[in-house]
Amino acid sequence: MTLAMTLLRRLEGPQTLGRGPAFWTAFALVVAAAIAYPWFADGYTVGNTAYFFCWVFMALGLCLIWGYGGALSFGQTAFFGLSGYAYGVLTLNVGAAYGFTLAALVLAVALSAVMAALLGYFLFFGRIGGVFLGIITLSVTLALERFMAQTAGPDWKIGAARLNGYNGMSGMPPLTVPWFDGDVVLFPDVALYYGLLALLIVVYLALRILVNARFGNVLVAIRENPERAEMLGYDVRRYQLAAFVIGSALAGLSGTLYTAWGQYITPSSMGLTAAALPVIWVAVGGRGDLTATLIGTLLVLGGFQALTIYGSQYALVVMGLLLVVVVLAAPDGLVVAGLRGLGRLRRREASR
Amino acid sequence: MDLLTHAFTFLYQIGDAFSFLVLSACGLAVVFGMMGVINLAHGELIMCGAYVTAASTRAGLPLPLGILAGALAAGAVGMVMERLVIRHLYGRPLDTIVATWGISLAATQGTLILLGSSMPGIGTPLGSFTVGGYSYSTYRVVLMVAAVAVLAGLYLAFNATRFGTLARATIQVPHMAEALGVDTRTVYALTFGLGAALAGLAGGLYAPTMTIVPTMGTTFIMEAFVTVVVGGADIFLGTAPAALVLGTVRALLTTWQGQLFGQIGLLVAVILVIRVLPRGISGLILRERA
Repeated sequence: MTLAMTLLRRLEGPQTLGRGPAFWTAFALVVAAAIAYPWFADGYTVGNTAYFFCWVFMALGLCLIWGYGGALSFGQTAFFGLSGYAYGVLTLNVGAAYGFTLAALVLAVALSAVMAALLGYFLFFGRIGGVFLGIITLSVTLALERFMAQTAGPDWKIGAARLNGYNGMSGMPPLTVPWFDGDVVLFPDVALYYGLLALLIVVYLALRILVNARFGNVLVAIRENPERAEMLGYDVRRYQLAAFVIGSALAGLSGTLYTAWGQYITPSSMGLTAAALPVIWVAVGGRGDLTATLIGTLLVLGGFQALTIYGSQYALVVMGLLLVVVVLAAPDGLVVAGLRGLGRLRRREASR
Repeated sequence: MDLLTHAFTFLYQIGDAFSFLVLSACGLAVVFGMMGVINLAHGELIMCGAYVTAASTRAGLPLPLGILAGALAAGAVGMVMERLVIRHLYGRPLDTIVATWGISLAATQGTLILLGSSMPGIGTPLGSFTVGGYSYSTYRVVLMVAAVAVLAGLYLAFNATRFGTLARATIQVPHMAEALGVDTRTVYALTFGLGAALAGLAGGLYAPTMTIVPTMGTTFIMEAFVTVVVGGADIFLGTAPAALVLGTVRALLTTWQGQLFGQIGLLVAVILVIRVLPRGISGLILRERA
């Protein structure tokens, strides 16, 4: 019981919205609903929800880098694509036996983390901040897109895996978990849904602990005033680099899961439009808080897909304008603004 | 191919890369240098210039007038953008980038919906000339001249006109300029309009050499961004030398490995340069002068 209490205490703090029994009861209810959900929906819808889950990791990573660290990275899709392609190359060469897809997942995410550390070293230790950081990271993802788009020729292959240029790679195996009586293949329906749901809860809670620990407090101090944090003796560059690496690894995780989900990956997943989408999710939800980002991302993804069904060409126009309106009218994000409004309403009720 | 032809080809490629970098970056550099604002819809303003130029040229206007129309149209769009969005976000540079990205998305897709996936192009005028058995496009030389002319024009505009003096005063000490009766809001609006018009000019100038599609802005922005990043905040001490250095790098890599490696090498060069020179070339020059 005391252990549970300590754990719970570390999950809440000044850097996250939502605390106390009310919040965690609601959290438990949402998790229970999410677990029960596949019994009431058909396989396609469940697979589609799993598709939404794939993207949330990238959004949470961007929330950590941008919302908590104050460093705007526009190039998270670079790591998304990098890990996606890495998963494809690895699994197309080795196959899915003996749970190798899980090893490929880990390797692909690790690759993103290493690349992020390399790029981040030049950026943060060169003290590139503010707008330049966004521009350089965006340029990196655009350059990667251009590079992958021209790999159509048969000479562009790594082992047995053809890169296929603009058409992208396909045919890689889905995630496969070795089990006692044979492999469990996580096809994009109920099985993958539960896997992703568990992973999402773990990542969300781990990030909550991280941002409420010393690391998160220093990160927020740097966001608020880098000079002050530096004067207090913190190495600003290391903290920002660490946040960048963690966030980019999460983007890589998204890319790997996406590739395993749809069994394909294309260069346009690193293009300008793709790069804008995570920024929209995080900005609309509320970049300053993990929970707001999580809710916002799922809402915007759902809204985007609904728009695509009813008028695909207008979806991006709406997304673009939504971003402009949110930045102008609710800079902290719609979900955060909504939660604050609810809190104010409750306080007014209580004082009455 | 003898040495002289070789040298000419190389110089021609450097000039070509230089003019592309200067023209695509100068509008962005003016706005960034003067206002500290990075406009991610820069590529869409270039696209706007190219569309207006192509449309008016096809409607019978001579090309130079068409290019002028493109620049003016983009400038007007830029002023509207400043009035509706940018003005409310001064002092929040990160939010400005995000908001202009939203504009960029909506503008690209909106153009696609309204005007279709491509527009019939206008052929490259002026034909070609031959040096040592190889032919070169004359229009590319015109573009090089245009790039130099734009730099000279901007130098005059900021150093020899009343607007330039007021703009520089506003940039240096805004509240002092305001106290002395300068309408700083108008100065910001005009500066942004000027940057947008320069983007439109770049679009107009390159319209005859490219396919006119709604996503053509992306062709320009990466190069424009890296030039501004390497150059730093000053147009003349930053953008111009940065364009020269990066143009040379790109020409070298393009001759050696092809177009794509020219672009990727450019980016790697930039990441290495900013590690050493965080404030860009102009930061280095200004620090040594100070």
